[in-house]
Amino acid sequence: MSTQLMNGATMLLECLVREGVECIFGYPGGVTLPFYDALYDHPIRHVLVRHEENAAFAAEGYARATGKVGVCCATSGPGATNLVTGLVDAMMDSIPIVALTGQVSTKLIGSDAFQEADTFGITRSCTKHNYLVKKLEDLPAVVHEAFYVAASGRPGPVLVDIPKDVFQGKGHYQPVGAIHLPGYKVFTEGHAGQIRRAAQMIWESKKPMVYAGGGIIAANASEELREFVELTDFPAVNTLMGLGALPAEHPNFISMPGMHGSYAANMGMYNADLLIALGVRFDDRVTGRLAAFAPHAKIIHVDIDPAEIGKIRQPDLPIVGDVKRVLQKLNKLLAELKPELEPMYAAARREWRNEIQSWKEQYPLAPVYSDTEIKPQHLVAEIDRLSGGRAIVCADVGQHQMWAAQLVRFNEPRLWINSGGLGAMGFGLPSAIGAQFARPDKLVFALVGDGGFQMSIPELATIAAYGLPVKIVVLNNGYLGMVRQWQELFYNNRLSSVTLDCFPEAEKLAGAYGFKGRTVEKPHELRAAMEECVNEPGPYLLNVKVSPYENVYPMVPAGGAINEMVMGPPQPVSA
Amino acid sequence: MLQTIALLMENKPGALLRVTGLLSARGYNIESLTVARTIDPQLSRMTIVVDVDATLRAQVIKQMNKLINVLQATDVTDAPSICRELLLLRVRAQQESRTAILKEAEIFGGRVVDSSTEGFVIEVTGEGEKLDEFVDVMRSYGDIEVVRSGATAMPLGSKKLKLQPPVPTRAELARV
Ligand SMILES: Cc1ncc(C[n+]2csc(CCOP(=O)(O)OP(=O)(O)O)c2C)c(N)n1
Ligand SMILES: [Mg+2]
Repeated sequence: MSTQLMNGATMLLECLVREGVECIFGYPGGVTLPFYDALYDHPIRHVLVRHEENAAFAAEGYARATGKVGVCCATSGPGATNLVTGLVDAMMDSIPIVALTGQVSTKLIGSDAFQEADTFGITRSCTKHNYLVKKLEDLPAVVHEAFYVAASGRPGPVLVDIPKDVFQGKGHYQPVGAIHLPGYKVFTEGHAGQIRRAAQMIWESKKPMVYAGGGIIAANASEELREFVELTDFPAVNTLMGLGALPAEHPNFISMPGMHGSYAANMGMYNADLLIALGVRFDDRVTGRLAAFAPHAKIIHVDIDPAEIGKIRQPDLPIVGDVKRVLQKLNKLLAELKPELEPMYAAARREWRNEIQSWKEQYPLAPVYSDTEIKPQHLVAEIDRLSGGRAIVCADVGQHQMWAAQLVRFNEPRLWINSGGLGAMGFGLPSAIGAQFARPDKLVFALVGDGGFQMSIPELATIAAYGLPVKIVVLNNGYLGMVRQWQELFYNNRLSSVTLDCFPEAEKLAGAYGFKGRTVEKPHELRAAMEECVNEPGPYLLNVKVSPYENVYPMVPAGGAINEMVMGPPQPVSA
Repeated sequence: MLQTIALLMENKPGALLRVTGLLSARGYNIESLTVARTIDPQLSRMTIVVDVDATLRAQVIKQMNKLINVLQATDVTDAPSICRELLLLRVRAQQESRTAILKEAEIFGGRVVDSSTEGFVIEVTGEGEKLDEFVDVMRSYGDIEVVRSGATAMPLGSKKLKLQPPVPTRAELARV
């Protein structure tokens, strides 16, 4: 059954409707004119951002907050190239987005036409897959395939490049029944024998540690993870990408591991005899020097992507599969074997838990306060207090991101939104836009540095235009703080091009866009200011001047061993 | 040491670039590459010879297998396989050495594909080393020009080809 005659642009919208798309973040241009004309009176909502990079970040924010495929759209040439950072970001963090780009007409491709760029070539390495649609009749199959590829297996960004004449061509939408991708391998179930062996190894461990990451969130496997942890009573860390996978307030949760992870998390990883790695990729920011990472541990590695197995560390037991399905089966087996096998090393594991507890007490992750200045950790603790583990926090990249990851509790998945793998400054504010569109019911913070915020200022217009009640909190230390910290610690404090001398007055800046803003710098004012910010029904820009020279600790210096953390600044030697 | 990779992939625009892009992104230089479609016109077979760091070989193969257009990538360096290369060699030679050249060509299983008063063009197929030897021998008869195809490999192992069956689209699922 085919529909009435329509042009390619309308056909594209027809495909999007069938994929359940409600909202597109984009920016128009010459070759996408037919598409924008079709959008004019179409129920799909188009959100006009102020820069295409932010369209990609907003689509990511939408996808990260919901698990649904985020959609962004840009014109040919400069529009498409502006998407690239967002595509790489989605690639690194395995976020399902579909990017739609306009291209010059097929007859002009390769002629250096106005606003022509080889988008297909440029984005090949920063997408999970990409397409150039040269014939209108291919469009529906390609678009449905794009959504399927983006969301299935290990999720990622997919780009569809559509020439202007394809948008303008006339045809009938032919429903696409099935997707034929013979070479696309999606492994979901996990090998039964391997799962059985894993269950055995798990009950035979004396110092186990659950190392869970973004894969748990991508697979919507939080429930299964919690079940696993409660069944075994094992301690667990969540990586930067996995925060919220296990509720922060769960008694078995330790914290984030890695470069700025807690002492307990890193000592736990270092001393473990078994790591149960679930949807993680042994990132260098987690492992530190590889030879010294969990040197005594056997490794069970569960991942949907076979290329992750053994990429960094050879596991003793690999399981390729959807971590949700694997955990379901594993939990069932563990429960069956529990009466027989659990008692064997229960005493040793009790001792292990006590050891971890003592590390936690020895070096807790705790905010720092001062009477004279607002400590950055104080600000982050305020966000935590107002969130109560339930708000969405979209962070930018830098020190503020690390303090938030350390100190803000996330009791559910999809609340903590950050650029983990790429570390792309300018991510925080636009991703908050996407998250707020996806979750209008939620309190959404954009926690940004004074550096990253200035990469995103144009999007204040988007926030104002749509009346999005995003709470923009600038942790203003007057520096590109994270770089300053490294210059202080590793380059003799020669502070080279990290001073952010000029920062706009928040009240005036927000006021210019028609919403409220304010600057605070006294510790005793912070609480009331934060409450005013959160209680404001619309957007709010709160600029918080914090102590400029605070460093993020603990810290594993790059290439260092995770059991040799620097716990804080060098202490003055007393006479 | 050189690694030989055999691929079965979809015959689609850009597919070749996706495969070679994995190598160039890691800074590897491709020694040779052959590609042509199979009896099924939707599919192509490709052979790549490349010098990949020994510790990264398995990873490169896995990354290739991850590509949506790749049905199967196999490392055939040490696996049972037949590997052949085509060489076209043009030799300019004096009248008196013509018979000797034809003899040598015969020894190497070569075939004369062009003959003129100036000399011959000879076609030889075989393993790379054999072709190297042939080139060396011919050099002694006069000026030569050589074009080589690069290796084409046929894996002999019986690694099962696992293909994904068609999956219904979301739109289709919503309809039923
Ligand atoms: C696009 C981009 N450019 C440069 C960097 C390198 N970088 C990482 S953190 C950082 C400083 C960020 O400063 P700010 O936004 O003020 O945050 P702070 O660290 O002070 O909290 C920089 C420049 C980056 N991550 N992304
Ligand atoms: Mg700063």
